[in-house]
Amino acid sequence: MADTVAGLPVQHAEKSFYQQSTNKYSGILSWLLTTDHKRIGIMYLAAIGFFFFVGAVIGLLMRLELIAPGRQIMDAQTYNSFFTLHGVIMIFLFIIPGLPAIFGNFFLPIQIGARDVAFPRLNLLSWYIYMIGAALVLVSLFLPGGPIDTGWTFYIPYSVRSTTNVSMAIFAAFVLGFSSILTGINFVTTTHRLRAPGMSFFKMPLFVWATYATAWIQIIATPVIGITILLVIIERLFGVGIFDPALGGDPILFQHMFWIYSHPAVYIMILPAMGVVSEIIPTFARRTIFGYKAIAMSSLAIAFVGYLVWAHHMFTSGMSDTARWIFSLLTFIVALPSGVKIFNWVATMYKGSIDPQPPFLWVMNFIFLFSIGGLTGLVLGSLATNIHLHDTYFVVAHFHYVMFGGTGTIFFAAMHYWFPKMFGKMYNIKLARIAVLLFFVGFNLLYFPKFIMGYMGMPRRYYDYLPQFEALQEISTVGSWIVVGTLFFILGYLIHALLKGKKATSNPWGGVTLEWHIASPPSMENFAEIPTVTREPYDFSQLKEMKNE
Amino acid sequence: MSGKNKHHIDYGTYILVWLALLAFTTITVTVAGISLGRYTLFTALLIAAVKSALVINIFMHIRFDEPIFKAFLGISGMTLLIIFLLTFLDFIYR
Ligand code: HEM
Repeated sequence: MADTVAGLPVQHAEKSFYQQSTNKYSGILSWLLTTDHKRIGIMYLAAIGFFFFVGAVIGLLMRLELIAPGRQIMDAQTYNSFFTLHGVIMIFLFIIPGLPAIFGNFFLPIQIGARDVAFPRLNLLSWYIYMIGAALVLVSLFLPGGPIDTGWTFYIPYSVRSTTNVSMAIFAAFVLGFSSILTGINFVTTTHRLRAPGMSFFKMPLFVWATYATAWIQIIATPVIGITILLVIIERLFGVGIFDPALGGDPILFQHMFWIYSHPAVYIMILPAMGVVSEIIPTFARRTIFGYKAIAMSSLAIAFVGYLVWAHHMFTSGMSDTARWIFSLLTFIVALPSGVKIFNWVATMYKGSIDPQPPFLWVMNFIFLFSIGGLTGLVLGSLATNIHLHDTYFVVAHFHYVMFGGTGTIFFAAMHYWFPKMFGKMYNIKLARIAVLLFFVGFNLLYFPKFIMGYMGMPRRYYDYLPQFEALQEISTVGSWIVVGTLFFILGYLIHALLKGKKATSNPWGGVTLEWHIASPPSMENFAEIPTVTREPYDFSQLKEMKNE
Repeated sequence: MSGKNKHHIDYGTYILVWLALLAFTTITVTVAGISLGRYTLFTALLIAAVKSALVINIFMHIRFDEPIFKAFLGISGMTLLIIFLLTFLDFIYR
């Protein structure tokens, strides 16, 4: 079977990467010691997917507690630990590593025509560091002192004074940061050094651009959280007054340092997702992307401007007025490059011949939910409205819309887009379409009431509430059942596809980026012969010759 | 990383730089003890900047490396500078 990449024949290797090991072992050891970027991507998928479900079940339990006023299934302290754990798991174990570590690992090298990442062993090490970080979170739950209860933001002074296992849990975040930095270094180097002949920067698929920009944020921003966490640990262990005002420290300095990382981290979450969107839309609209350069550059612009807005999380913390209005202004500027992307995507679809397959439907879901999330972000970014809405459910709704409705949704889009390539099997399209609809309904039931409750004054992180919120809280809880039910439904039909699904062809969707030129699943070295790239990344005129093989 | 390796730094230079770093650390600690008012922080940052310049140029060999690495470092340095400036918008006017 011959394939063509930009006119050149490429031979398929017979065996897929599942059948070929990079080391002398077979079975589980061939996985645990592998240096194949695709296997490592799948190992990340298993680990990250597992933690996502744990986080989701904790969310479900919190919603169950909130179904009626008063104590239902847990006491206040347990609720405190639950929202902290849910936040820590979802942020540090799911959404930050999610897209880069799974899909970046698997597809970045393939999309630029490389056999692996630049540092395959470092890649495996990053996975182990991730697992160690995750294990530390788990261990911290069961040590005397009890699970951390500070919220995922670890705000001072409470995080210095709380008697729960704060030090260990935040040390876990420190360790996870290293995994993130190493992945970033790997991707930057891979993009610079391992592009196939002809693959100039402006011929790279937009997912590569986005992952590349993300990698830079991972490298530059993550050390800041590392230092901050170490300072908190030093303060807890030795009573050095760095942040705690009782010891002569500055609590607002903590918030600055925390958000100097955690805000750019928001872009670590969303940029790769935007990259996935830029892959899926051209494929299912059968049109080259509109404004390729503008989208590529807006990724870099978002990565950069993302550094300048962190203090909009701190408008009510007692920061100077000057800082407040400047950060508010800068916040509005980030909306510009994001708008560039949305408009270019819409322009790409205009007059395209749209094929509403599940990945495309997930992207539509994304555009809708992320737009709500983004626009309510502007409401929060304005100084005056922020005073009213700060620390209410409005914020909870906003960040679930951007993180879950945005990146989370695209996680599913990427899963449905690349599943046939990764596993060589096809899932049931009809069930997948139903899942998108169920998710959409459940999601809005779960989170939209939180906007209203927040506006009415319902504070976040409370395990109890006044009777006037009861109806909306109930709706939200019902929504959580639908969302979590849908998650298990998706898991179900994907596992079924894995075991019993039809064999997938090498290009089920009609994509044209390099991954669709090779077998499903790919061979260990991806390309028998490194391709020479002559075409633009989204040139659909090659589809005909690809089909004629 | 350039592979050419034509800029060999001798041990004497390394030791000199190391001593300079130690000296700067001593100065930082000493200055922290003297009350310089609003200049305390500024002095500390200045010394830190000189120290990192030494480490980056000599220990990390960036001075002798390809321009792309200098560009990477320059961008990171600029980002750091902007972060400092923005943080000071709070500290100075608080
Ligand atoms: C699976 C369905 C989910 C449900 C039912 C759910 C529910 C909740 C609830 C009830 C809270 C606590 C609100 C409060 O009392 O302040 C919460 C907080 C939070 N959730 Fe979710 N959530 C879900 C998914 C996600 C996802 C996918 C993410 C991230 C990608 C996420 C990130 C967060 C964060 C960061 C917090 C804040 C924790 C804190 O206050 O420290 N959640 N969620």
